[in-house]
Amino acid sequence: MNVIMTENTENLNTEDKIAEKYKLQTKDVNVFYGDFQAIKEVSMNIKPNSITAFIGPSGCGKSTFLRLFNRMNDYIEDFKMEGKIKIDDTNIYKNKIQLEQLRKQVGMVFQKPNPFPKSIFENVAYGLKIQGIKDKKLIAARVEKALVQADLWNEVKDNLNKSALTLSGGQQQRLCIARTLAVEPSILLMDEPTSALDPISTAKIEELIHQLKKEYTIIIVTHNMQQAARISDYTAFFYMGELIEFDKTKKIFTNPDKKRTENYITGRFG
Amino acid sequence: MTNVQKNRLKDQLFKFWGIGCTLIGLVLLIIFIGGILIDGLSRIDWAFITDLPSRKAEKSGIWTPLMGSVWILVLTAIISFPISVAAGVYLEEYAKKNRLSALLEINISNLAGVPSIIYGLLGLEVFVRIMSLGASVLAGALTLSLLILPIIIVATREAIKAVPSSIRDASYALGASKWQTIWNQVLPASSGGILTGVILALSRAVGETAPLIVVGALAYVPFAPSGPLDQFSVLPIQIFNWISRPQQGFIDNAAAAIIILLLITFVMNGIAVYFRNKWQKKLQ
Repeated sequence: MNVIMTENTENLNTEDKIAEKYKLQTKDVNVFYGDFQAIKEVSMNIKPNSITAFIGPSGCGKSTFLRLFNRMNDYIEDFKMEGKIKIDDTNIYKNKIQLEQLRKQVGMVFQKPNPFPKSIFENVAYGLKIQGIKDKKLIAARVEKALVQADLWNEVKDNLNKSALTLSGGQQQRLCIARTLAVEPSILLMDEPTSALDPISTAKIEELIHQLKKEYTIIIVTHNMQQAARISDYTAFFYMGELIEFDKTKKIFTNPDKKRTENYITGRFG
Repeated sequence: MTNVQKNRLKDQLFKFWGIGCTLIGLVLLIIFIGGILIDGLSRIDWAFITDLPSRKAEKSGIWTPLMGSVWILVLTAIISFPISVAAGVYLEEYAKKNRLSALLEINISNLAGVPSIIYGLLGLEVFVRIMSLGASVLAGALTLSLLILPIIIVATREAIKAVPSSIRDASYALGASKWQTIWNQVLPASSGGILTGVILALSRAVGETAPLIVVGALAYVPFAPSGPLDQFSVLPIQIFNWISRPQQGFIDNAAAAIIILLLITFVMNGIAVYFRNKWQKKLQ
């Protein structure tokens, strides 16, 4: 008995270590929209519980690349993808993969706050209800937990039945984060989540992102270089669909290897 | 006259021309409604609504055609609503954008413009003869459903198109399937627009005469229909019948029936406007 037990734990441990090493791996990824190649041969590995920022000029492919991880590009006509993307060692572009399952695991927050035209509660509960969860107590508990995590609970706890559209822009964005967290994903994709918000709301969300790092692997697309420098552990610089440089944020912003990265960071172009 | 003065004069002239054009339709409508009110208003009382038709003008009521219209309205709504909304959802959400769907689209838009009597002939052949429903309420309602299907389909598609794609994205990103997204987000968000289209289409159906005459609606029915396979008459046919008689009494009856018919369509349009406003507010 004892022997088997140790073996099992050992096995678990090694598996854990491999899984822990990289949460997300991409290899030689190409993306085409018809004849246009939006992403060129991008390979990168992302560690769990890290914040990775994607930076680069408009149209460089960073949002397209982000949307590969929850397959949101699938809805675009003429979209074609080559290469491999693995999350926890599962190739997410295999035919057998279920989109609904994938998106439960990989949450996404969009550029413009996009709450549903429903109550605050219904917004957060939606992801659970579509999974077929009917237990009202469980739903209420998860909604509260998600709103607390998104640092919105204290502001809305007395008005859960009010329309989400009555909230301010910053609150709406935190509601969208809460809605995503309620589904309990392990990866959070954020596509310029603060670009439509004022500085105070932005600061709040940045702080929130920092807290969420403990439990989630976060990838954030941003146009704001200071934001990338402030909140991320790793930074990837994209240019014309290519991954120019990917390294620790500190290195990218103080001593980048490539001239083009340096030019972009210092504001010489883009 | 300086150039500035000339331009200002032109501006004024066009303004008055515009006011005049706007008023033409309005004035004609007021004259028409005024005439009808003078002729018909004194005729309207509870008995006029609940009386059966009679050979004597002053004893005649509109109970049977009114009930015929209500039957037609309800059956048409029940038949056309699910079919056309489902078709609209399919075309907007599922159909791939290719030549076939483009062809379908053009056809449906064209169908909305086909003269209603053609639908009457279609109904006569398919529902009355082939399906041997006879000149029944059901045959009439099926025919009118065909007539308003394209209208509701087009309205449904417009309403669905107006739903911001960000709402769809949010739903998909949370792991919702296509059907869940349509049922929980797209349809509720577009329901106001769809409902508006349905009500406007139905208010058109209430006023239709030609296709029902072709299908075999009667000018005189002694009793209100009690089932979908009964014979029927509708208000517009009753009005047409009365107005073609020489006696002044029937002319007054026709005017009174027109008031009731107008009232029904105005109320329906009012409800449609209410829903549209409420829906627009909700989406913003």
